[in-house]
Amino acid sequence: MAAPAIPVAQGVDRRASRGLWGDAARRLLRNKPAILGLCFIALFVVAAVFAPILAPYGPLEGGLAQRLDPPSPAHVMGTDSQGRDEYSRVLYGAQVSLLAGVASVVMGVAIGGTIGALAGGVGGKLDSVLMRFVDVLLAVPGILLAIGIVAFLGRGLPQIMFAVAVVNVPIFARILRGSLLSLRESDYITAARSLGASGTRILLRHLLPNSLSPLIVAATLALATAIIDVAGLGFLGLGPPDPRTPEWGTMLTDSTKFIRQAPWLLLFPGAAIVVSAVGFNLLGDGLRESLDPRMRR
Amino acid sequence: MLRFIVRRLLGVIPVLFGLSIILFAFVHLLPGDPATAILGQHATPERVAAMREYLGLDDPLWQQYLNYLGNVLRGDLGSSIINNQPVLREFLIRFPATIELTVAAMIFAAGIGIPLGRYAARHAQGWSDGAVTIISLLGISIPVFVLGLTLQYIFAVQLDLLPASGRVDPRAGLEIRSNFVLIDSLLMGRPDLFMDGLSHLILPAIALGSIPLAIITRITRASVLDVNNEDYVRTARAKGLDERRISSRHIMRNAWLPVVTVLGLQVGGLLAGAVITETVFGWGGVGRYVVDGIFNRDYFVIQNTILIFALVFLVVNLLVDILYAVLNPRIRYA
Repeated sequence: MAAPAIPVAQGVDRRASRGLWGDAARRLLRNKPAILGLCFIALFVVAAVFAPILAPYGPLEGGLAQRLDPPSPAHVMGTDSQGRDEYSRVLYGAQVSLLAGVASVVMGVAIGGTIGALAGGVGGKLDSVLMRFVDVLLAVPGILLAIGIVAFLGRGLPQIMFAVAVVNVPIFARILRGSLLSLRESDYITAARSLGASGTRILLRHLLPNSLSPLIVAATLALATAIIDVAGLGFLGLGPPDPRTPEWGTMLTDSTKFIRQAPWLLLFPGAAIVVSAVGFNLLGDGLRESLDPRMRR
Repeated sequence: MLRFIVRRLLGVIPVLFGLSIILFAFVHLLPGDPATAILGQHATPERVAAMREYLGLDDPLWQQYLNYLGNVLRGDLGSSIINNQPVLREFLIRFPATIELTVAAMIFAAGIGIPLGRYAARHAQGWSDGAVTIISLLGISIPVFVLGLTLQYIFAVQLDLLPASGRVDPRAGLEIRSNFVLIDSLLMGRPDLFMDGLSHLILPAIALGSIPLAIITRITRASVLDVNNEDYVRTARAKGLDERRISSRHIMRNAWLPVVTVLGLQVGGLLAGAVITETVFGWGGVGRYVVDGIFNRDYFVIQNTILIFALVFLVVNLLVDILYAVLNPRIRYA
């Protein structure tokens, strides 16, 4: 009698053990654009991590004798106005962009997530005060806010990361607050509560996992804008204080002076920014579709 | 309707109030002595003393803030440290250039994005739909400065079709009246200058308008598809109305709502994007003014242009909300 019951129980267990994240991962791997995005990101990460191995020259190495050389077997992406190898600089530039992008999004999620969790979790007056603060941040459009912060805090990579993080704070705060508020009233939370689940268990097992998925999607998409914003600050001359640092945006500023003689100085760093942004945008859209099956077309 | 407008108007006040506190704090929390930080290490003691006096640094902090707020409310946004010109006046002189650029970018984005979105929705699941997806992906992934420089290289350097930078040929002798090149050239009765101004406007407007174009196309497509599935559209088709009439009278009237909201939200992005676009194309608007302010460490210029930018953004959002309420009676009575 007991024998036939076991396979059924195993079948149920196996389905349940895959869980929300397992299902999402399976759907993500079947999403072709998302895989393409992952490949672009992998390219970018490999360039950043293995730059010292992959780059034929150092990022600051070069002489005026090779100044503005067009692409050739010795310099596949040509050389810049200081005779430095553009390919090596694009590879090393990935380090700066990856570090600045990831750090600013992590910081933004930490600050914005805390604000959103407090506002949505505690509610009341604290909610109103925190959300008014978020409204203030939203009143200054995007990169202008980052420009203002860097202008006041001074130039430097940590300042840039903080500035780009602050731009993202309202997005994360609103998303987490919104999903916490709507989830609190949902049937399965009421069901869990009526089954006697403790407050901590409801928060950890039900509320957070379900509010995390929109946050993860937003964070992935924010990585694309963070890389663009960091490069934008660099392009405006607000990049790393040492102007020799291989940063994609700063490299583009140099290209403007030599756009007639050396268009490759625009092409390669520009393409690097676009490819990494496309990668994170594709992955973000794919994550949105796989984490929330209702979003699928 | 009036109550709705008043309520929204009152909502703007605390935001501006909060922003003024943050901007005030920024200048007053500058590392070291704010007066020295503002004037630089090489300032004479007399100038530092004068700046301390101007900032009222010896007063209690709350009084300093109230003085700042009082000045702002009177329209005194301080003066540039570099050339002593009032910030508000300098901003207003340059603002028409930024408005001209922003409006042109918006016309480009909406003028192409809305028809493109409608077309994609009508041919959903076809190749055009895929093309629209790719356009919107590229639109949000290509930074304004990369696109701007690329357009400059192709159309100005290689093809020599359009000017690379500036607002108008400086040798053409445009008299500045309103500082809108297109309006001033018409006031002078010079269609050649008008065309010259227009040719200078094309590349920056495309560069700045690319992100809104992507977003507007996407939203229009989604919105038209949504309305397309409504019962009243099916009814209209069933009773034999012709497709053009259904599209204009039944679908678009309702599909407009999300599109209008997004149009309004794009204005903030356009103002911020203008800062970078103006740098790429040497466009003498407020964006350049802010960037120059940063390099000169002209803190009052940065502080107060950000405040004005926020005010403009809030006012535009307010207008969009009102327009939204006009278009959608359900909002008014909510």
